[in-house]
Amino acid sequence: MSTGFHIVVCGSLVPDLLQTLEPVAGPTGPALKNEMMLPAVLDPWAGHALFEAAHLAAKHPGSKVWLVSLGPKAKLQQLMMSIAQKVPFELVAIDGSASGFTDPVEVAAALAGAIEKIPTLDRSRLLLFGGCASASRDAGVTVQMVGERLGITDQFLAADEVKVGADGTLTVLERVEGGQYLVSEVVGPPCAIAWATGNLPEPPNNPQVGMQNMRTLMPSLQKAQLAALSAQGGTFVSVEVPKQERKTRIVKDVPLDEMARDIAEWIKG
Amino acid sequence: MEKDGSPKGPPALLKTLPGDDVRQIMWRFADRFDYQMVVQSARAVARGPVARAVAKGARNSHEWTDDKAALLLEFDAAGITAAAVDPEYGGYIEGPKNFVLGLLAFELAWVDAGAGTSSMANTLALAPIHERGTPEQKALYMARSVPPQPGEDRKIWRGAFALTESIPYVGVDTGVLSGRVRVAEWNEGEEPILHVDKRGRFITNMGSASFVTAAVDSGDPRIKGSCMIILEETDPGTWDRGTPTKKLAHQLSSTRDPVFSLRVPAHRIIGGYTVKDGVIVPNYSHAEVIEAVFTRTRATPSIMTSAKLLSAIEPVIRYHRRRFRGAAGINEGTPRFDMGLQQKEDALHRLLDVWAAGEAGASLGFETSRLLDTYDDIEKAKSAVLATQGIAGGRAELKALRAREKDAAEFVALGANKNRSAAESARYDELAADPVLKFMITESLSSVLIPSAKLWNTGHGVNMMREAVSMMGGYGITEDCPGFLGTKWIDGQLEATYEGPEVVQRRQLSVTMSRPIFLQQFQTWIANLRDVAREHPSMGAGTLAAAMELWFWSREYLSTAKDAYGKDLYSNQRHGVTYPLADALAWLVATYHLVLDVLELKAKGPENPALAEGIDGLISFYTDLTHIHSATAAGEATKICAELVFGYRAESYPLDSTPANTDDDFKDVAPFIALRTKVDASLAGSKLAKDRASESLSHVMIPEVLDYPV
Ligand SMILES: Cc1cc2nc3c(=O)[nH]c(=O)nc-3n(C[C@H](O)[C@H](O)[C@H](O)COP(=O)(O)OP(=O)(O)OC[C@H]3O[C@@H](n4cnc5c(N)ncnc54)[C@H](O)[C@@H]3O)c2cc1C
Repeated sequence: MSTGFHIVVCGSLVPDLLQTLEPVAGPTGPALKNEMMLPAVLDPWAGHALFEAAHLAAKHPGSKVWLVSLGPKAKLQQLMMSIAQKVPFELVAIDGSASGFTDPVEVAAALAGAIEKIPTLDRSRLLLFGGCASASRDAGVTVQMVGERLGITDQFLAADEVKVGADGTLTVLERVEGGQYLVSEVVGPPCAIAWATGNLPEPPNNPQVGMQNMRTLMPSLQKAQLAALSAQGGTFVSVEVPKQERKTRIVKDVPLDEMARDIAEWIKG
Repeated sequence: MEKDGSPKGPPALLKTLPGDDVRQIMWRFADRFDYQMVVQSARAVARGPVARAVAKGARNSHEWTDDKAALLLEFDAAGITAAAVDPEYGGYIEGPKNFVLGLLAFELAWVDAGAGTSSMANTLALAPIHERGTPEQKALYMARSVPPQPGEDRKIWRGAFALTESIPYVGVDTGVLSGRVRVAEWNEGEEPILHVDKRGRFITNMGSASFVTAAVDSGDPRIKGSCMIILEETDPGTWDRGTPTKKLAHQLSSTRDPVFSLRVPAHRIIGGYTVKDGVIVPNYSHAEVIEAVFTRTRATPSIMTSAKLLSAIEPVIRYHRRRFRGAAGINEGTPRFDMGLQQKEDALHRLLDVWAAGEAGASLGFETSRLLDTYDDIEKAKSAVLATQGIAGGRAELKALRAREKDAAEFVALGANKNRSAAESARYDELAADPVLKFMITESLSSVLIPSAKLWNTGHGVNMMREAVSMMGGYGITEDCPGFLGTKWIDGQLEATYEGPEVVQRRQLSVTMSRPIFLQQFQTWIANLRDVAREHPSMGAGTLAAAMELWFWSREYLSTAKDAYGKDLYSNQRHGVTYPLADALAWLVATYHLVLDVLELKAKGPENPALAEGIDGLISFYTDLTHIHSATAAGEATKICAELVFGYRAESYPLDSTPANTDDDFKDVAPFIALRTKVDASLAGSKLAKDRASESLSHVMIPEVLDYPV
């Protein structure tokens, strides 16, 4: 492909995964305790999508990557200090809550709206990327809904690999049930790909890349529009962190198979 | 928001440990995104590859191993190496770099200061060239020290700074050089070829260095005086990296005792040379070069020790809080389960002291490096003005500067006067426009801040690191201790030693703290603190101001007083007087800068939406922490001053008397007694502040696990 891809990655921040996440009742519904004060990281699945996007763009001259992020402006800015050093991209920031308790329908609408407004985006070359899941709200539906709103009907979920053939055909490896992969082909963009982990390691930080990105980052953050998130999307009956359970049994000389069977039984309950 | 003042109901508590937003405000880099990126980048290396290397036992060898060498490549990839280099030579950060190098050191030392030292020592090796090198030397060695860019096929050069020599030569005393430079060959009309013999001792980076900046003295009548000179590993002769030092600290860096006997062209003399009557005259002596170098590089190690204290907070809280979880009968929801050892007041109070020491050290260290970032331009402007008067350094300059000391002190006083008359304002503007005065003021301040930071941050820092270790019980002195606290303790002792041990800093302070300009500056600090105490009564600023007044009086008194035998107290050789007084000052200087940083947080914190949820708790906690530390610092300074003021008097005084009823005997020190009483009285509330801060410490939310391996 001579002109390259226009890759839009949807991804935002989640509280750093090592933090204690304690649900509390906030004024507008459930929230996490001290969420704004906790250090944030890029949502891991969105991160994989971003790194895959940069990798693909680097291999296909003329490509360009945008990161569309809906999150509190001040937190997004802090996040950019590490993410923007990893790979080159242009930020499209939308100001609003990145909480896991927002409604994905509204979030998808805000993201699609922002993508539609990217002036230089060529929709015929568009690859819509994002995570197949999220560390904050694991509904696993956002990328599909953004795709629908943008009229992209070729959608691939939980992808681990995208290969581009000489004729521009994309071959996508999607995770399906039972540890199997589904291999699909699509003639080319536009299509939507919600990434699982992909195959790339997290690129190291390089402040020099960051300084390049900085030129567009700050203006984008400054002009970030407030997203209309009503928090009316749903009612939360109860919110709790998954319970940790620890059961210890001291046994000797148990064969591996038996151990595995035992654990599987225990998980089934 | 919580108001300052006496207790009025429960204060807001600290919700989370201070994050980047807080640090960016306190250390004044909220608008420097380049610095913020460098911080993130260095942090990822520190808490990733560096921590893994430590956890794997890479410190358990004195040799320069592959594991250690691999860390240098990580530094290169993360932009840490190039951060020290100017963009014109391939770096990427514009302007002076003292502050950003301080941030880098902070992040690396948070995990392992030896790793920090590897990166810092390279900057130290380049510093003589950066500060005094010729344009050609700068261009060559700076560019070589930048990691190769994609597509470039070249080796990166790493450097070492070789001043210290085998015993009995250079150590604290940098004048007793045994390294020699002689003329090896000097053909008519050609550049002289020199022969350098140098035996270094404890030279950092010798395991990886391709070049060395070495201090040597002339061993030849055709060379005048001493100089610093660049040696390269491919120069003809002996380049022996020497035996590795069997260090107990900083094992991730390489330290060896190298031996050099090399032929080098004369243009390697740092800063160049002239030839006068057949004699090579270096443009800078080694003393001139190292003065410029140490002025710029001593703040960095001081920041390392403070980083370690701050890094200890989270592991200690976690250990204390979880100490009894899992024991039979200690159920979830009970105080013993939730708070563990944090139920005990002592555990909380001692950790607050560690925290406060780390904060004050970081505040002082970073302020010092920010000040140094202004230094080069100010120094150049001064030299340009003096040059127009035909003065080009040396004694003539010292004389010219001394003649302006009164003007400089007047300028400082006018600057602090908020109600200047029209005439005073005009005079102020006139003085403010003079680059020479600006330099004198900056130099006066930096020559107190640098040694204070190096002395107090590292010296007191190590003592407090020991406290942190003891709070982890037996765990503290094992390799398994989360946060590597035991190794951080012993590492701190090295930060107190290299780049000039404590004695060197005390010696410098004993001179610089008594200069009229600084004493004027010090008085403006006291006045400032009194204003702060009025506006923010619960920060302990009044206590600090009172202790500073007491120190100021004591110094004045000691400067003319004599001991019971009629001998002067304040003199060069009387270390028993001047050095403790320097220690006392360092406590006050560090605390003053903590006050300033907390004021900054109070002013700017509420503007940051990311902090909105917790700003009240942050401010009340930091206010209390400052109060706690002001009280400690005042106590230390007062104790030292009392010993000095009273300790040299004759012992004839009856044991059961008190100064109050023997006025005649103590008339000359009556002001001291009054000032000391003022300090004591001002301590009111400081322990209440500690109780409040303890409440925060026992409730603050911490992450589930440490973000680097054990
Ligand atoms: C791991 C490590 C790395 C180092 N890296 C480097 C490097 O890269 N380059 C380099 O050049 N050097 C380096 N050094 C050397 C370091 O700077 C010196 O060890 C330090 O300056 C002290 O010198 P010394 O050990 O000879 O102590 P000495 O000069 O023997 O002093 C020992 C002690 O005696 C007392 N003392 C000495 N002189 C006086 C005095 N005038 N008045 C009062 N008391 C005094 C003090 O208590 C002092 O601490 C390193 C050292 C170590 C341990």
